[in-house]
Amino acid sequence: MKVLAAMSGGVDSAVAAARAVEAGHEVVGVHLALSRMPGTLRTGSRGCCTIEDSMDAQRAANLIGIPYYVWDFSEKFKAEVVDDFISEYQSGRTPNPCMRCNERIKFAALLEKALALGFDAVCTGHYASLLTDEEGNLELHRSMALAKDQSYVLGVLTADQLKHSMFPIGHTASKDEIRAEAAARGLSVAAKPDSYDICFIPEGDTQDWLAERLGSTAGDIVDMDGNVLGNHQGAHGFTVGQRKGLQLGKPAADGKPRYVLAVDVNSNKVVVGPQQALAVIELSGDRFTWCGKPKDNAEEFFDAHVQVRAHGEQVPAKVAVVDGALVMRLEDPILGVAPGQTAVVYLGTRVLAQTTIDRTVSAVDAFSTGSASAGPVGQ
Amino acid sequence: MRVYLDNAATTPIRPEVLECYIDTLKLIGNPSSVHSSGQQVRQVLEEARESLAKSLDCDRSEVLFTSGGTESDNLAIKGIYWQRRDEDANRNVVISAGTEHHGVIDPIEWLEAHEVAEVQLVPVNFDGELDLSWLAKYLEENHSKVALISLMWANNETGVVTDIKAVTTLANAFGIPVHTDAVAAFGHVQTSFKESGLAAMSISAHKLGGPVGIGALIVSRATKLVSIIHGGGQERGMRSGTMNAPAAKAFAMAAEIAVRTLDEERARLAGIKNTLVEKAKTINSSLGHTAEKADTLPNIVHFTLAGGSGDSLLFLLDQDGISVSTGSACQAGVNRPSHVLIAMGRTEDEAKGCLRITLGHESTESDIEALLASLPKAIDATLKAGLSSQ
Repeated sequence: MKVLAAMSGGVDSAVAAARAVEAGHEVVGVHLALSRMPGTLRTGSRGCCTIEDSMDAQRAANLIGIPYYVWDFSEKFKAEVVDDFISEYQSGRTPNPCMRCNERIKFAALLEKALALGFDAVCTGHYASLLTDEEGNLELHRSMALAKDQSYVLGVLTADQLKHSMFPIGHTASKDEIRAEAAARGLSVAAKPDSYDICFIPEGDTQDWLAERLGSTAGDIVDMDGNVLGNHQGAHGFTVGQRKGLQLGKPAADGKPRYVLAVDVNSNKVVVGPQQALAVIELSGDRFTWCGKPKDNAEEFFDAHVQVRAHGEQVPAKVAVVDGALVMRLEDPILGVAPGQTAVVYLGTRVLAQTTIDRTVSAVDAFSTGSASAGPVGQ
Repeated sequence: MRVYLDNAATTPIRPEVLECYIDTLKLIGNPSSVHSSGQQVRQVLEEARESLAKSLDCDRSEVLFTSGGTESDNLAIKGIYWQRRDEDANRNVVISAGTEHHGVIDPIEWLEAHEVAEVQLVPVNFDGELDLSWLAKYLEENHSKVALISLMWANNETGVVTDIKAVTTLANAFGIPVHTDAVAAFGHVQTSFKESGLAAMSISAHKLGGPVGIGALIVSRATKLVSIIHGGGQERGMRSGTMNAPAAKAFAMAAEIAVRTLDEERARLAGIKNTLVEKAKTINSSLGHTAEKADTLPNIVHFTLAGGSGDSLLFLLDQDGISVSTGSACQAGVNRPSHVLIAMGRTEDEAKGCLRITLGHESTESDIEALLASLPKAIDATLKAGLSSQ
């Protein structure tokens, strides 16, 4: 097969590319330029802030012995990922930009371009496994290296996208093994630190970055009854489940810490309350996709597991498609799930479906969130 | 065997130049040393200076060796700007154009940001030609404010040639110095420094069959400039640092060959270019020949592909063993919308679909045949991939 290896400049994608070569594929390395530095009036936008990563990726490609190119996806990335990230926060939701990038850039725009230019598949350094069921359908599964498993952020892939995807390092037991393999191959990125930050927020301070773009308007921090407890410099700076940074003078009556329960960007209010008020028992989302073959009889509730964060625990749940929405009834409540987050449904290790969460049902009283703009219930 | 059609980026070193370069590298001695070893190397350097002066039709003392075109541009622009502003604090205008190389635009923008320079850009038409009537009018009204003019002799992306003599005639009437970046032009058009009326001219060796890492700034004897590199005072105090005698000799030799064979080489390359332009017209109506109406260099052919991205085209041709350029890439290798095309009135999308084919002393008709064989399929796939990624 003719394979396009997306190379970020990190160790995982470098080893993935090397393994694709060893598997006998014709491999070309491509680094995606995703962010760009503002240029000047006369020269237009130029350069990109991923120059070091690009050089690392190029060096790895040279050592592996494959051709290497940089493709500019910065405009698309800004429109589909960065602007989406900002507008989601602006609506009081908590987005996952890595999933958006997989959904709209890596396995959409990049894959489309790759297919048009004669490639058969895109290979990445994600920790996830592609398996085939007895009928020959492709299935996405958790990585053997459970601590590094990235199947969650790939949950957006459809059956058609899976057909053109390769994850050569999914069958590896641990990241250490990948680093050792990279070192043995002489790849200079073997010891390169992992990246945890959001790639387009290089300083790592999401709140500052958002404040620069959304401005900051002072507002109230209120309790569940609407009593003002303090103030803030912009509601979008808060996420549901957040405990730190509230700076409330008065302690709660019971002396226990308070958490952000809801962010209401319309009234610019941040609602706080006790931890138990964060617990939700049901999630649902209208924009869901099947990862591979859809579940038979999905209208009837079936046993599955649900994961709501990239590196979160999975929890048992009953799942069904009800009135066109994916509904997940959790067996035990989970804390601090915000609309805008992604829920991924697993059957065993298989990724079955995913949805952006639109609504949550509280485990205590009726403390549920309706939509992005809905205020806290209970006022 | 790969087909190399990116000679404006760098062109293969001529075999006889390479041999001479290697031989000269064996010499021991710093040209500034007083002993016989040093004097021997100094002789090599000065012979190179004289030879290059002859090729350029200038005085030997007007040749300052540098590391290449960008250093020469920086020395000329900053050096002349500071000199002129020091003489008269009112002179802070630098006139240039949006189609210039980054080696010129960036030092000028640096002066604007750090040294209170005011930048004026000569308007450019759809074919990349400068509006010299604008320049005449501007100078008429503002000449006392102008520190210098920097306009390239020929454009490195489109090949458009500027009538430098017309520029210097306008400027010299007011005693305004003109610098030109002649990196793309030297060796491809007749460039007599003496007759040009220029104050300074940047040239580089590796664009005409010499080694990378050596260039020169030709500074007329009447022109004063402030040095930007300080140290041992070499090159008339204008460019400190040990002189690179072997590279200078190789440069001079490559320049001598290029100038001696200029007429026949121009005719030969123009023939190849004509074949390419005519046949390209029949491939796909989306492929347009840029600056068709302008006077262009015989070794540069520039196309724009409407609805296609230059990086797709470059990738596909590279896969077929053909090295071309989109004309503009950043340090990280990203294909950018060409600022030259944007200055010529193209949109960002139009400026992304660039294909630059540049010929050199080793280029032949068979290189173009290979390109023409690969182009139709590459263009189809590029158009299919579209601008979706952009």
